[in-house]
Amino acid sequence: MNTIKLMLSATALTSVVASAVAAETTFRYGFQGSLGSLDPYSLSETFTLGTLTNVYEGLTRRDENLQIQPGLAESWEIIEPTRWRFNLRQGVKFHNGNDFTAADVVFSANRVRSEGSDLKARIPTDAEFIAVDDHTVDVVLSSANPILHSEWHTWMIVDQEWTVTTDSVQVTTAADTSVTTISQETNGTGPFMIAEHTTGVETNFTANAGWWGWNGKAPNVDRVEFKTIAADATRVAALLSGEMDLVYPVPPQDIGRVESNAATSALVGPELRTIFLGMDQARDVLTYSNVTDANPLQDVRVRQAFYHAIDAVAISARIMRGQATPSALMLAPSLFSGSGAFERLAYDPELSKQLLADAGYPDGFEIQLDCPNDRYVNDEAICQAVAAMMARAGITVNVNAQPKAQFFARVLAAGGYDTSFYLLGWSPSSFDSWNVLTQLHGCRTQNEGTGPFNIGGYCNLKVDELAAQVLVENDAAKRDELIAQAYKMTTDDVAYLPLHQQGLAWGVSEKFSVAQRADNIFRFSLITAAK
Amino acid sequence: MIAFVIRRIIQSIIVIMVVGLVAFVMFRFVGDPVNQMVGLETSIADRELLREQLGLNQPLIVQYWHFISNAAQGDFGTSYQYRRPVSEILGERLPATLELALVSAIFAIAAGIPMGVYTALYRDSVLSNIFLTVSLIGISLPSFLVGILLIFIFSVHLQWLPSFGRGEVVDLGWWSTGLLTATGLKAIILPAITLGLFQMTLIMRLVRSEMMEVLRTDFVKFAKARGLKTRVVHFGHALKNTMIPVITITGLQFGSIIAFAIITETVFQWPGSGLLFLQAVQNVDVPIMAAYLLMIAFLFVLINLIVDVLYVVVDPRIRLEGS
Repeated sequence: MNTIKLMLSATALTSVVASAVAAETTFRYGFQGSLGSLDPYSLSETFTLGTLTNVYEGLTRRDENLQIQPGLAESWEIIEPTRWRFNLRQGVKFHNGNDFTAADVVFSANRVRSEGSDLKARIPTDAEFIAVDDHTVDVVLSSANPILHSEWHTWMIVDQEWTVTTDSVQVTTAADTSVTTISQETNGTGPFMIAEHTTGVETNFTANAGWWGWNGKAPNVDRVEFKTIAADATRVAALLSGEMDLVYPVPPQDIGRVESNAATSALVGPELRTIFLGMDQARDVLTYSNVTDANPLQDVRVRQAFYHAIDAVAISARIMRGQATPSALMLAPSLFSGSGAFERLAYDPELSKQLLADAGYPDGFEIQLDCPNDRYVNDEAICQAVAAMMARAGITVNVNAQPKAQFFARVLAAGGYDTSFYLLGWSPSSFDSWNVLTQLHGCRTQNEGTGPFNIGGYCNLKVDELAAQVLVENDAAKRDELIAQAYKMTTDDVAYLPLHQQGLAWGVSEKFSVAQRADNIFRFSLITAAK
Repeated sequence: MIAFVIRRIIQSIIVIMVVGLVAFVMFRFVGDPVNQMVGLETSIADRELLREQLGLNQPLIVQYWHFISNAAQGDFGTSYQYRRPVSEILGERLPATLELALVSAIFAIAAGIPMGVYTALYRDSVLSNIFLTVSLIGISLPSFLVGILLIFIFSVHLQWLPSFGRGEVVDLGWWSTGLLTATGLKAIILPAITLGLFQMTLIMRLVRSEMMEVLRTDFVKFAKARGLKTRVVHFGHALKNTMIPVITITGLQFGSIIAFAIITETVFQWPGSGLLFLQAVQNVDVPIMAAYLLMIAFLFVLINLIVDVLYVVVDPRIRLEGS
């Protein structure tokens, strides 16, 4: 009898404790990938950096609509064309209690450009950082650069004193055999702190009540728990069963299921990533084709024929189940003011046949399409649809779908651009056209550093000239005009075959609402609990 | 006897070395690790530098030699993805896999033997037919499908059991266990059934056929003729004699339970070594792949070695051939 009483009171006690814990809001989310090193300069990859921006902060931030907002810098101005002044936020403290000062910014600027950093491109190598006083930093450039700060929301500021004393100045690279503190622990200024981190399994965050951005209010949630759930079906099941408050990505075929469940809803929106097909225009003879004496893709008519043969609207509607928008440009329309002026070439297999005949291939030809099968949403299915569509125009496309690890090893520079026709996705890390013009359209032959992702080897010197002007033009209107000119040339040349902007799909519990950013970065401070 | 064991151990070492070499040759075809280790915009020069630092430019046989000689000293290198020593990560993940394998083996035995006995004794009953049909499903359905079905029934619809993960774990020194917490126990049920289903049907069918065989033998008939109780004849005499092959198979299958856990761990996001291996394959994390394969090879070799030694102890004929 006594034991039963004891057990009863014990149960009562636990339920009291449980309700006290429940008053604290916990937000649980699952993503397909995992968090590797916690060093914010180790890997330039969206999920890693995006997650760490909840812990560390940059001088700037991006809001829900990706507009640049003040972060650790309250304001900035271009005092001379090549000299920027950043006024730092005062009274900000790192999680360990250290003050945030100009010295930390200068230190971080040097560290992010040091050996082993994967984020060297965030700052021009010859930019000089000068601490004017404790809360003012000047950046002196060798030439004007209107998009200097465009990627600084993911260049996070680390604490000089902490990094030095924990022996973490050297950026952790994969070649290191010793484990540094900064790759396993964090010390930022951001709204959340990492409480527990189990490599590749889960990471738990607790709110930093002293964060400047709460503006004196209590944090929106007290605790955030992240877990990796790699299998699509399991991830969706975890949301439907109420074990998770947010999961992403939700595969297109499961969106209906998430919507029809009363306790969950799907949050969909356009992503910045453009899915496109590229064509080898560099080699004199294609490697993977039955045309052995010439490269038909060097003829603009053949490239136009390819374009007209593909029904991108049908791909977006059927393969992507509406979770994509057909695109005419090689970057998301929201990132360029003049994108409305560009339109896709119409789907017209007859015209396509005509163009092929004009180019000397009345019976079409055979070509291999290289395609990843685990990188983009429905990537392999897109390639198969493309093959079926192009068959109608007389072009025989053999799809070669491979896991991303093998695919990238072959088609990128390290593999010697070993492809004739390929599918790729691109989102400009700076959210700006200059990135697209140089990385995807810049001539590869000029020097090794340019156009590293121009796998097809498209080359138009006039486009390169325009890109060089775009880089240094501080006047926004003039700059957009130059960009439009460059895009006019690349689309007339049919440098690429853009397909669509991939859609984002998150599954969210009705208990919370979250902000979905087009760059697929999830910011914890924008979670709101439903009342 | 000692000579026999020593010879076996030398053979085992050779097997492990060969597995390591085969694995290394295969790694050439899984892709370029450097691509997975840097962001998209890292320059070609930086990529080359990293390749050089990692020793990926060295001939295969040199890389293999470095790996084997370091592994012999317990150093499996640093994971490309996580930038931490592989031995440390494997050590963290192994308890989860071993616990899952153990629980599913227990489930397979505890359910498989009674079902096997029942179906042997009451061959034509309705329940026997149900058991046999279920076992057919267990053998023919792939385990990822079984896992997903269980998740949709017990997690999404009934919401009784968690759909993924290990629940809360308790750290006992270097071993972390989920068997001491309520959430941990709930979390292991579905993965253990998924992983153990195949073994369960195997054991059930094995017990059934062995039992039917034994029931026909003379000593059982004689025992019946002596007027012994049916229960004693069935469980005291017949079942005991069916156990020898069952124990052998169960022991040998334990290795494959651990190896097959890869699929179950993926479906249930079970944070064990199988899931770690699969993610390593996707990300071309060569040090983890190599260490995992060696570990599995070691496990199989160890189990086989123990079985061999036990045979020698049990069966004098082998001992005679050896000497």
